[in-house]
Amino acid sequence: MSTERSHAVGEHPELPPPSTEVGIIGWVRHNLLSSTTNIVITVLTIYFLYIIVPPMLNWIFFDAVFSADSRDDCRAIAKAAGHEMGACWAFIGKRFEIFVYGFYPAEERWRINLSFILMLAALVPVLFDHVPYRKQALWFSLAAPFIIGWLLLGGMGLTPVPTDKFGGFMLTLVIGVTGIVGSLPIGIALALGRQSHMPALRMVCVAFIEFIRGVPLITLLFVASTMLNYFLPPGTTFDLLLRVLIMVTLFSAAYIAEVIRGGLQALPKGQIEAADSMGLKYWQSMRLIILPQALKISIPGIVNTFIGLYKDTTLVIIIGLFDPLGMGRASLADTKWQGLSTEIYVFVAIFFFVSCFSMARYSLYLEKKLYTGH
Amino acid sequence: MKLFKTLAVSAAVALASTSGAATAGTLQDVQARGELNCVVTTGVAGFAAPDDAGRWAGFDVDFCRATAAAVLGDADKVKFIPTTGKTRFTVLNSGEGDLLYRNTTITMSRDADLKLTFLGVNYYDGQGFMVPKALGVTSAKELDGASICIQTGTTTELNLADYFRANNMSYEPVAIETNEEGQVNYLAGRCDVYTTDASGLASTRGTFDSPNAHIILPEIISKEPLGPAVRQGDDQWADVTRWVLNVLIAAEEAGLTQGNVKGHAAKAGSNVDINRMVGTEGDFGSMIGLDKQWAVRAISAVGNYGEIFERNIGVNTGLGLARGLNAQWTNGGILYSPPVR
Amino acid sequence: MAATETSSSNPSLFYRLFFDKELRSVTIQVITMALIFAFFFFIVNNAITNLEAIGKGYSFSFLWDASNYDINQTLIEYNSRSPHWRAAVVGLINTLLVAVAGIILSTIVGFLLGVLRLSSNWLINRVVYVYIEYVRNVPVLLHILLVHGIVVNTLPIPKNALMAFDGTLFLTNRGFYTPKPLFEPAMWAVLIAFVIGVGFTIWFKGYAKKIQDATGKIYPVLWISLGAILLFPTIVFFLAGLPVNFEYPELKGFNFKGGLVLRPEFVALWLALSLYTAAFIAEIVRAGIQAISHGQTEAAFALGIKPSRTMSLVIIPQALRVIIPPLSSQYLNITKNSSLAIAIGYMDIVATIGGISLNQTGREMECMTIVLAIYLAFSLMISAFMNWYNKRMKLVER
Repeated sequence: MSTERSHAVGEHPELPPPSTEVGIIGWVRHNLLSSTTNIVITVLTIYFLYIIVPPMLNWIFFDAVFSADSRDDCRAIAKAAGHEMGACWAFIGKRFEIFVYGFYPAEERWRINLSFILMLAALVPVLFDHVPYRKQALWFSLAAPFIIGWLLLGGMGLTPVPTDKFGGFMLTLVIGVTGIVGSLPIGIALALGRQSHMPALRMVCVAFIEFIRGVPLITLLFVASTMLNYFLPPGTTFDLLLRVLIMVTLFSAAYIAEVIRGGLQALPKGQIEAADSMGLKYWQSMRLIILPQALKISIPGIVNTFIGLYKDTTLVIIIGLFDPLGMGRASLADTKWQGLSTEIYVFVAIFFFVSCFSMARYSLYLEKKLYTGH
Repeated sequence: MKLFKTLAVSAAVALASTSGAATAGTLQDVQARGELNCVVTTGVAGFAAPDDAGRWAGFDVDFCRATAAAVLGDADKVKFIPTTGKTRFTVLNSGEGDLLYRNTTITMSRDADLKLTFLGVNYYDGQGFMVPKALGVTSAKELDGASICIQTGTTTELNLADYFRANNMSYEPVAIETNEEGQVNYLAGRCDVYTTDASGLASTRGTFDSPNAHIILPEIISKEPLGPAVRQGDDQWADVTRWVLNVLIAAEEAGLTQGNVKGHAAKAGSNVDINRMVGTEGDFGSMIGLDKQWAVRAISAVGNYGEIFERNIGVNTGLGLARGLNAQWTNGGILYSPPVR
Repeated sequence: MAATETSSSNPSLFYRLFFDKELRSVTIQVITMALIFAFFFFIVNNAITNLEAIGKGYSFSFLWDASNYDINQTLIEYNSRSPHWRAAVVGLINTLLVAVAGIILSTIVGFLLGVLRLSSNWLINRVVYVYIEYVRNVPVLLHILLVHGIVVNTLPIPKNALMAFDGTLFLTNRGFYTPKPLFEPAMWAVLIAFVIGVGFTIWFKGYAKKIQDATGKIYPVLWISLGAILLFPTIVFFLAGLPVNFEYPELKGFNFKGGLVLRPEFVALWLALSLYTAAFIAEIVRAGIQAISHGQTEAAFALGIKPSRTMSLVIIPQALRVIIPPLSSQYLNITKNSSLAIAIGYMDIVATIGGISLNQTGREMECMTIVLAIYLAFSLMISAFMNWYNKRMKLVER
């Protein structure tokens, strides 16, 4: 009876949408099963996940051994627990310190920790706008690399630590951060040089950029490790890490230069003409008008180059430096742990994923913040 | 032009940390620096690898430490320069390293063409083959058509090519950079055979889940005398390093050990060989620019040859290598040190 | 130099050299060039002195000595008696092979992922997103090592080979074996038919365009071209009486003999490079498609252009303009990243002449010079192509 009354003329209340259109069911219908193709894709994807994910989880968590003294130990523990041997994370746990600090003397490791904190502190004012006393803080950021260099290398009151003691994630950070900090100014200079009206200067910059971009980083590292000594005056040698740092910085500078050139070319010609007509000198117009705009456009590219550089630090193992991967492989030469390469690869992959992904996220944030279009 | 050259030179000199001016002898350089730069591998089980605490340890490493003890009086004053097969000679030749202890086979071309001076042999090795027992192979002559994992950067690939060509057999080489990758490939069945120096095979097999499922074939296809090397052209430094190696071998023969060397050094005994080594008779240290106690320091730091061997690669270690050829000549081996006299 | 000569005679010129806008640029350039030359003179001089000191020369004569080592994947004839330069060529071909194969696979996978990333299906969209982020944020060396580990550890050994098509295809961790076609002389006819087909297609494309421009009539160019290129040679192939035999792989002793083989090192490197680069290409493709404003499609529809032709005439040409430049640099990256082959034992240019040959001969300078020169040549060729393409595709602005 009551239903009939609600159908009276002119009295249609709004009905809730059918249950198939809202809530979980509606969402599934719209997002997973909206057409035949979609249904097929969904089913295939679920099947794919079913094949990949459970064995992976088993290996990483459920069958893994987290504390043991050797690989045999891991196997025995897994056997006693009655399952296959998954990851032997005990290996990573036992050697965690040398994965992080390399061969750095144990009693001096506070210096690495302090450096890391200083680096983070120095990054805050650079990365974010709304920091109290940002101007003063930026001076600190400018000084931080030198303080960190002093902390890591020692001297002037601290026990000197030679660079061959550097290793593990600390080495990755040293190479990555130095490369990033060093390559930006060099890259800008190269980009401006390439756009310069002076043919000799332009030619030199073009030759340099194209040479570096034309060859793989590992061949440059080979050059640094096998040939560079021949190019120095007899009797002098370079620290290997310093050679690598220079190569990595130059390598990444060439890529940065191309990214920034893209930014420079994207600026309308009117901008520079306007700057000229205001009577600004070359450096003034660059500093005040051109570079701020060009750099802003280039940010995604710059961050991508940095991520690439950071990932490329793994290549130093090929010339015998101990980054986490190299440290892992050297550790595998210890008879106690032989054969556990997958654990190393996964562990190092996770580390890189975390750091690179956060860099990429920051770049997105920056792009949004700097977006001034409509 | 001259002005620019001077400028460039001074700039480069300012950049380059002058870690070893080649004008003085290497011995003086090392002593002035207070540190021995020793070139080792990036990791070979038992021979040189960082331990859990990150400290370098192994057979070759101990010889480096003994040298440092003799020259500098402290076995820990060693800077280890890990190198790949590709970079080892460059590092030595460029002056970055003072001494090379890196499973390096002595060959004529390396001695003459690569401008090295080899000091002697600290391990007699030879290239062998390992196969799974299940394959049913008992001789390397039956390996026609097999896939073989080799480690590059050594003389291994050359010996292998020669051996198979000489026996008119074919094979598929799988060239791997590191021992670790080679092992992964072999265990996964990517190769039928794993070939490297016999010591390496034994150590690799020792770490397998079931070592008994693999056999090492009787054929040894090459001579691999592994020895230390220094740059050519500094005879004094070559003498110092050569005699540190010799005295460690001679010490074993004479019965001088890490435990008793201090006692022998305290006062001259009846054994003149020992007396000469520990400096209670004659002054052999000064002949190579060191003091009388040089050998005492080396031996008390790491022990004699036999002790170094047993501690790092001997039968009681994970590698479980028997002395074999590396036993003293008095015990059926070919280890034979010239006398200290 | 110029400065020191002139300063004494004419101070005002000296002043102008540094403060006059025109002259200053000359000064700067002269100084730059002088510094560069001094630098090169300096390092070359040092190299000569150093090489002399240790008694080594700089000579490529070792390239004609026997290499003394074997290589497993050789597309040209090679054995341990062959000279070093031949080993270099083998390596070069292997580099090119993996680069070209990688470029093809990564393009296909990349476009597929890029389209799926824009899919309305939430699940696939998310899975692809996770995949892309994982791949892009982990170093390529790790990918190569991991994929190689998976290939050799999960595939069976030859004895237990996975078999398909009644013993014609075999999948093992020693490689992927397929029958090898052996052509009889009559195959020439098929080849000639193919060439004729391609020639015809090129002519027909021009002809169809002329007709379309003149009359507006549209020929089904795609189908006719496919017929000429594929169907015609196939018919000739059957008429010639199937002039092809196959050599089947067979398990003999330790390994399969005969047939064509893709080795696991190649497969691992190829897959790892392709899957890695595909993630980057996917993002490029997504950006390219999203860059085309929807108005373009609507405008084309409003003009009555069919959806398929809208895609091929309006959307794709515009999207390609955005896609191609970054795509070409990804192709260059594949080529350069293939140098990581040495980590898993694939014998590319860096592993042969820059690896074993370098080790055995101790000729670092010469070997590295060869390797650097080859990579530079690759990249200069790709750059030249890109410049040509950019010029052709440039938007003509008013």
